[in-house]
Amino acid sequence: MVYSTADAQRRSARLINYTMPTPSPLPLYFEHDADVGIIGRGTTVEQAFEAAAQAVFAIVTNLDLVQPSNTLTLEFEEADPELALVTWLNLLLGKAREQGMIFSRFHVQHHGSKWRAEAVGEKWHADLERGVEVKGATLTMLSVKQTGGMWEARCIVDV
Amino acid sequence: MNLQQLRQLQPYLWSLPRASGEQRGEVLLYGTAPLLESMDDKVLEQIANVAALPGLAGAAMTMPDAHWGYGFPIGGVAAFDAEQGGVISAGGVGFDISCGIRCLRSNLDLDDAGAHFPRLADTLFHAIPAGVGEEGELKLNPAQLDQVLLDGAHWAVQHGYGNAADLEYVEEQGRVAGAVPDYVSELAKKRQRGEMGTLGSGNHYLEVQVVERIYDSAAALAFGLHPGQIVISIHCGSRGLGHQIGTDYLLMLAKAASRLGIHLPNRELACAPIKSPEGQQYLGAMNAAINCALANRQILTQLTRIACMQVYPHAELETLFDVSHNTCKVETHAIDGKPRLLHVHRKGATRAFGPGHAMLPQRYRAAGQPVVIGGSMGSGSYILAGNSDNPAFSSASHGAGRAMSRHQALARWRGRELINELAQQGILIRTRSMRGAAEEAPGAYKDVDLVAEATEQAGLARRVAFLRPKVCVKG
Repeated sequence: MVYSTADAQRRSARLINYTMPTPSPLPLYFEHDADVGIIGRGTTVEQAFEAAAQAVFAIVTNLDLVQPSNTLTLEFEEADPELALVTWLNLLLGKAREQGMIFSRFHVQHHGSKWRAEAVGEKWHADLERGVEVKGATLTMLSVKQTGGMWEARCIVDV
Repeated sequence: MNLQQLRQLQPYLWSLPRASGEQRGEVLLYGTAPLLESMDDKVLEQIANVAALPGLAGAAMTMPDAHWGYGFPIGGVAAFDAEQGGVISAGGVGFDISCGIRCLRSNLDLDDAGAHFPRLADTLFHAIPAGVGEEGELKLNPAQLDQVLLDGAHWAVQHGYGNAADLEYVEEQGRVAGAVPDYVSELAKKRQRGEMGTLGSGNHYLEVQVVERIYDSAAALAFGLHPGQIVISIHCGSRGLGHQIGTDYLLMLAKAASRLGIHLPNRELACAPIKSPEGQQYLGAMNAAINCALANRQILTQLTRIACMQVYPHAELETLFDVSHNTCKVETHAIDGKPRLLHVHRKGATRAFGPGHAMLPQRYRAAGQPVVIGGSMGSGSYILAGNSDNPAFSSASHGAGRAMSRHQALARWRGRELINELAQQGILIRTRSMRGAAEEAPGAYKDVDLVAEATEQAGLARRVAFLRPKVCVKG
């Protein structure tokens, strides 16, 4: 079952107003017993990765409250699109924790196996809503595929 | 889970017969029919895949609290023989390497201490960094962190967090061998900078409990437990460092398996031969994370002691035991009557050495190893003792196990209402996350009583005491 929340819809609507050309699909999830299944969808694989990242960070906090004041640039190489999704999400989670950041908006580009991305957010502070830490993205239920005109990226994240 | 796929071998033991031509080892599932029926079919799929990995020794097994995980099922146990091409799997350990429970027995009784629980709850909540974004006061430089990764809880004791007596009651006496800090990435080390001495979030907790029932008087005496006694349990793991090691090696092992031609039924089983360079590197990094977790729980133990003494100046807290439930440990087990050196993966399963085991402290040598089955914040927890004839590589259940997803729990409960409801029952919750509280609602977990009973009836461990929660600090 795929689900989103009313909170997520409000969050999405607000994100549309940001200047960064990030698509704003609803953060989507699928059921898993102990952890959380995340889904990112978009018309390109890059948009699907951006939406997947939003779904991950929406587990940590209410993204509505995150100010887009700091930008982090990330680069990595991975030819396999599925492993690229896991690499992307884990790189974001690792950098966020290393630097004490929370990210709410993302922009991804890729050429072949080279991926370049920007993550926008702010330093973590006590006024942000506390959800649950995400430990990492896993290879479980991992898929990146194009169906019709839409790309979908999904996997289980450990919380 | 559809039980028609299984064959019942004993009242609490089931097997999954092989399909015609199916190449895999034996699969055994411990539990009652209702517990197994409540499990997702994915549990069966995952443990069957584990049984197909190279070098499996004996059977791949699930404990009575098993549920759908990633890689291995949570509650999964599997041992591999390095001499037979056996593998090590990051998904068989989990991201929260050496997540476990430190259990402290006190000299406090409910009758005397109960009146001050609200103050104790507030004091602990202030003293224990818990939840998203919370950092500890201890900040280590790179050289200090490397020393933690080598020395585990010993480092913490040497730096004033606790005492030498604690170490005797921690698995491996507080420090595992084989840790190689150089196999831990810089990012993993940086992630740990603010996270020593922190609880984390999700299902992690610090809980003040009262011993409500004794099942085994002799073992309870050995463990120093009596009815009405206050006990404190701390559930957490290796924090950001362990999470990053899990992340780093999951991908590395997935690529190694592909390069080495290991057929994986599913990529999530990412693994490499124990003797391969990748396998050895993961082992070195994983052992470093185990030491990190042992140090973390040692630091939290001392923070807890200080907080308790602010409320009860005469309080004394002794370590009853510290047991991890996300590990791969090198142990000797008999298979077909012959001792073999095995790498035993326990993913959401607790080691449960029986009476007489040489690795147990003298005080518990006759009773068996203390085993903790942590329940939800509203139900309770069990302390059990290992059995000498444990048939599952000396393993037992580790918790109640989730009965519903976090999303289902969020849809059903509101954090504040739940906390108020628990307060009415005499359970004080302190948390910064209402969302987290709702996700951890007692109703989202299986019945811990059934899990503990099945654990005992299956011969995995025997019940010693039941602990009722009184104060719970949640991340």
